[in-house]
Amino acid sequence: MSETTRHNYDVVVIGAGGAGLRAAIEARQQGRKTAIISKSLFGKAHTVMAEGGAAAALGNVNSSDSWQVHFRDTIRGGKFMNDPRMAELHAKEAPERILELEHWGALFDRTRDGRISQRNFGGHEYPRLAHVGDRTGLELIRTLQQRVVQLQQADAAELGHPEAMLRVFAETTVTELLTDASGRIAGAFGYVRETGEFVVFEAPAVVLATGGIGKSFKVTSNSWEYTGDGHALALRAGATLINMEFVQFHPTGMVWPPSVKGILVTESVRGDGGVLRNSEGERFMFGYVPDVFRNQYAETEEEADGWYADPANHRRPPELLPRDEVARAINNEVKEGRGSPHGGVFLDVSTRMPAEEIMRRLPSMHHQFKELADVDITAGPMEVGPTCHYVMGGVEVDADTGAARVPGLFAAGEVAGGMHGSNRLGGNSLSDLLVFGRRCGIGAARYLDGLAGERPAPAAADVERLAEEVAAPLRRDTGENPYQLHQELQQTMNDLVGIIRRGPEMEQALESLEKLRERVASVRAEGGTAYNPGWHLALDLRNMLAVSEAIARAALTREESRGGHTRDDFPAMSPQWRRTVLAARLAGDRVELERRPLDAMRPDLLALFDREELSKYLTEEELPPAEGADTASKEEK
Amino acid sequence: MTSTLPPPERAGLARARISARTLRTDRWWVAPLLTTLGLTAFLVYGLVRALQQDHYWAADHGYLTPFYSPCIAAQCAPEAAHFGRLPFEFPWWLPYAAISLPFLLLFRFTCYYYRKAYYRSIWQAPTACAVREPHKRYTGESRFPMIGQNLHRYFFYIALVISVVNTYDAVLALFHGEQGGFGIGLGNLVLLGNVVLLWCYTLSCHSCRHVFGGRVNSFGRSPVRYWLWTQITRLNTRHMTFAWITLATLVITDLYVALVASGTVSDPRIFN
Amino acid sequence: MTKRTFNVWRGDGGAGALAAYEVEVNEGEVVLDVLHRLQATQAPDLAVRWNCKAGKCGSCSMEINGRPRLACMARMSTFAPDEAVTVTPMRTFPVIRDLVCDVSYNYQKAREIPSFTPPPDAKPGDFRMRQADVQRMQEFRKCIECFLCQNVCHVIRDHEENKESFSGPRFLMRVAELEMHPEDTADRRAIAQDEFGLGYCNITKCCTEVCPENIKITDNALIPLKERVADRKYDPLVWLGSRIGLRKGADTPLPPNTRTTTATPEQ
Repeated sequence: MSETTRHNYDVVVIGAGGAGLRAAIEARQQGRKTAIISKSLFGKAHTVMAEGGAAAALGNVNSSDSWQVHFRDTIRGGKFMNDPRMAELHAKEAPERILELEHWGALFDRTRDGRISQRNFGGHEYPRLAHVGDRTGLELIRTLQQRVVQLQQADAAELGHPEAMLRVFAETTVTELLTDASGRIAGAFGYVRETGEFVVFEAPAVVLATGGIGKSFKVTSNSWEYTGDGHALALRAGATLINMEFVQFHPTGMVWPPSVKGILVTESVRGDGGVLRNSEGERFMFGYVPDVFRNQYAETEEEADGWYADPANHRRPPELLPRDEVARAINNEVKEGRGSPHGGVFLDVSTRMPAEEIMRRLPSMHHQFKELADVDITAGPMEVGPTCHYVMGGVEVDADTGAARVPGLFAAGEVAGGMHGSNRLGGNSLSDLLVFGRRCGIGAARYLDGLAGERPAPAAADVERLAEEVAAPLRRDTGENPYQLHQELQQTMNDLVGIIRRGPEMEQALESLEKLRERVASVRAEGGTAYNPGWHLALDLRNMLAVSEAIARAALTREESRGGHTRDDFPAMSPQWRRTVLAARLAGDRVELERRPLDAMRPDLLALFDREELSKYLTEEELPPAEGADTASKEEK
Repeated sequence: MTSTLPPPERAGLARARISARTLRTDRWWVAPLLTTLGLTAFLVYGLVRALQQDHYWAADHGYLTPFYSPCIAAQCAPEAAHFGRLPFEFPWWLPYAAISLPFLLLFRFTCYYYRKAYYRSIWQAPTACAVREPHKRYTGESRFPMIGQNLHRYFFYIALVISVVNTYDAVLALFHGEQGGFGIGLGNLVLLGNVVLLWCYTLSCHSCRHVFGGRVNSFGRSPVRYWLWTQITRLNTRHMTFAWITLATLVITDLYVALVASGTVSDPRIFN
Repeated sequence: MTKRTFNVWRGDGGAGALAAYEVEVNEGEVVLDVLHRLQATQAPDLAVRWNCKAGKCGSCSMEINGRPRLACMARMSTFAPDEAVTVTPMRTFPVIRDLVCDVSYNYQKAREIPSFTPPPDAKPGDFRMRQADVQRMQEFRKCIECFLCQNVCHVIRDHEENKESFSGPRFLMRVAELEMHPEDTADRRAIAQDEFGLGYCNITKCCTEVCPENIKITDNALIPLKERVADRKYDPLVWLGSRIGLRKGADTPLPPNTRTTTATPEQ
């Protein structure tokens, strides 16, 4: 088989999406020799799929906005399951991160007075999303990519070589993290997709920024890269994953034609006035406002329509409820026979604003429907339905540094858990990856300071064993087709651990996963080592299985419904369960769960909510004393 | 070598060797063929007419063909020479409008649209997209003489002046009524239509778009130039259309004047 | 569901040939779906680069019936019912395997362009720009870097030797974008012509024709950049001004050590 090349770095960042690039930029700015490893080409990350914008309380459009309000919205969206410290840091630092991007060349849409414009989005009280039309993720990735190039140019001028301090390893997959005898991170092992050549990165600090797990589900807005690599790498390196039961199904994915089923229809369609209707023409969302949100959402169409122009005197339209609520509502409409011809509901902007304005505000949506479905969204409604979009769960990390429980391991972005609680608000992921990407870069640099030059060494035997394991599927003469196994896995997860979950089904899912595991262990990849997608998928299957098991097990254990976790057999939200975080770890090759308490919110943050609202989420003993909280909340309103 | 960077593309890799000139299955050769025919037809007609040294001035109605404007040879009909005549007679090979025609030709020759048209059709670099071109070497507009295409803007300035001259011709022609004074015939409409379209072509020029606004970086601080740029941009998206339309209207106008001047047809009058 | 003939170029290192497959096609599918079906059923190791399958990432660039396109946006319904579909890798770049090309040329060119240079005293948050100011550049930033324009451009497609001195439409457009930025202080006009080969462009608009984002690359980026270069290099008044030292600002040079070999400027 091919030889193994070795590289030495201070910090290795796995993943070249927004979080990975931001972490790498920061590590390099901290003076650390940094490698970025990307499964795809540089600049192709899944971040480009983010359309709506990046949430940051800049207050450019509505000056009443502040980090406290953003924090409160985030916690509400996450149904109080968020790590309060992460949500606080996120809300506080997001504005700085956005302005920094602008300084690196990002071109956000502008307000009349020349500042960054902000748009409305589901769950956000004020217009808060800095955006560029409906392609904000692309702008973010391009800006970070160009910032990397800028730093490389500076290194070229100073050190004679652009890759002296910061190098991108494109189309390279990491299959395992390397640890030293005491369990500290020592590097990473992987292969170059183009050649099949093995690579070892020796590095004391590894930042995971691999994104999500969507490819374990059949209907998903995620690309092929989203195979839960980082989640699985962390598990196998001894780290823990929290909140894995919370998987966000985006309410509006395309449903027709079948080949594009799942592709995202941005939430901005609703933020900019789009409405949801069922086959009877009814704006059904008015019937789905849950009690906890009753006060903040409109009850009539007039009131809802008035909000777009005059948000101060109207309540928000229920189409802008957090994603989990809308997804469940659509699911229910379809189930009760009021769906559209292809099993979704209608999302309409054509009757809400002139064609010209649609073209200006939602150009890429117009393009997408025209090209892929032959539907003109300026003339008729779109058909949409829920699609697996985001996993709230991820590596358990320290809020301030992004450090996982394994020394030297860090995680940022979707692969990190805690920030979004049980449900992520739209727009919070782009700002999340900037804020925590940067913090991971700093965290890794500080960790290296602490090592004071010592470099944990990976065991040589490990590398040989890993090379054997990776090459194994190519050497088998018999074994199943990886594509077939992948389809079965996706079908299992979609049917049995999908948007609405039931205990017996999930037990069944765990059994199926168990059987799949045996089959995956003997999967066969035909062909050679050079750019062989069948082989790559065969290797990714292992990660998807591990992550799927973590999701199914956590979902089966959590006996309540909250955010991205809906149990048919336990439909209510339970204040007791809110205090419990499920952490998955690997014991042998099985996923085990531990329960740990969720950090309590600081009193000053708790005071941002009124007691009545808190009482819907918190247990009696957690609630603040009655009078104090009441007055505080009055002032806030 | 200034550094030890790896080669931009990995050693040992090569392009896919596909011998077919193109795998396109559509009729990609139609557009360049039509372009060649169109441009050739215009050039042949224009050359013949410019050298004819006759039938350029319909004296009764004051119609002067744009191919002879401004008429500056000593042989010019005195009333047709709106800007005076040179004291010597032109030989047969020199058009009476020798002062304007070369610049108009150069304006169109260096025009960003015509460049595309003849590079694709006549020069075949490339004939069509994703169709291999026949040339061994290619340097484009990077060296002499093609680097001269960068002078387009100066020909644009001259074309502006000539457009004024053509407009003046067309306006003067309005004062040749049958009873004297103001009058309108079909020829006037043809001349005016031609002039309007010539302005559209000239003002939709890419250099014009640059000069009047495109060169500004902060539109926010230059609202007037932004407005100009916006308007010119709207015209500019139709530059190709105007390029072809004006070739046609030039021929039609000239032919009409020639037919009236030679007495082959008479000019229908609409007013006076 | 119908059967289709797909001719797919397979091979590596330049050696390869079209392989014919009979494959099922369903309603509403795109070429990439069919390639995936080939992988799952007949050719598990068929190399195809793809990511989002929604026309947003620009990974699945290839040539379909001779036309450079994104496989994820090429709907099967646009072909005649009995038409065979021929899929080949991009011609301008070396092939790694099957339909996957080595596109590192593009990353090399990207690295040679002097980055965005805000005023030295500006701090994050200082910029005040109108929508009108950013709109022109935003069109260029729609670019998904599929490199189809780079692939179709005859300057390098038909003349490999020009790769050294020509950056291609994508990166000339990037230069145009930076030059139009109201807050940028660098001046890349001279190197646009001398180092990035703007003069090679003969504005034949194939880049614009193949752009999946419908960016008017030629009219809105390349021609305006040519005009700006003319301001800088072919304007007699500017030339006179620079002779007598009136011209403000200096040409930004190529960032040092970013090029494989030393540049060979024309003068």
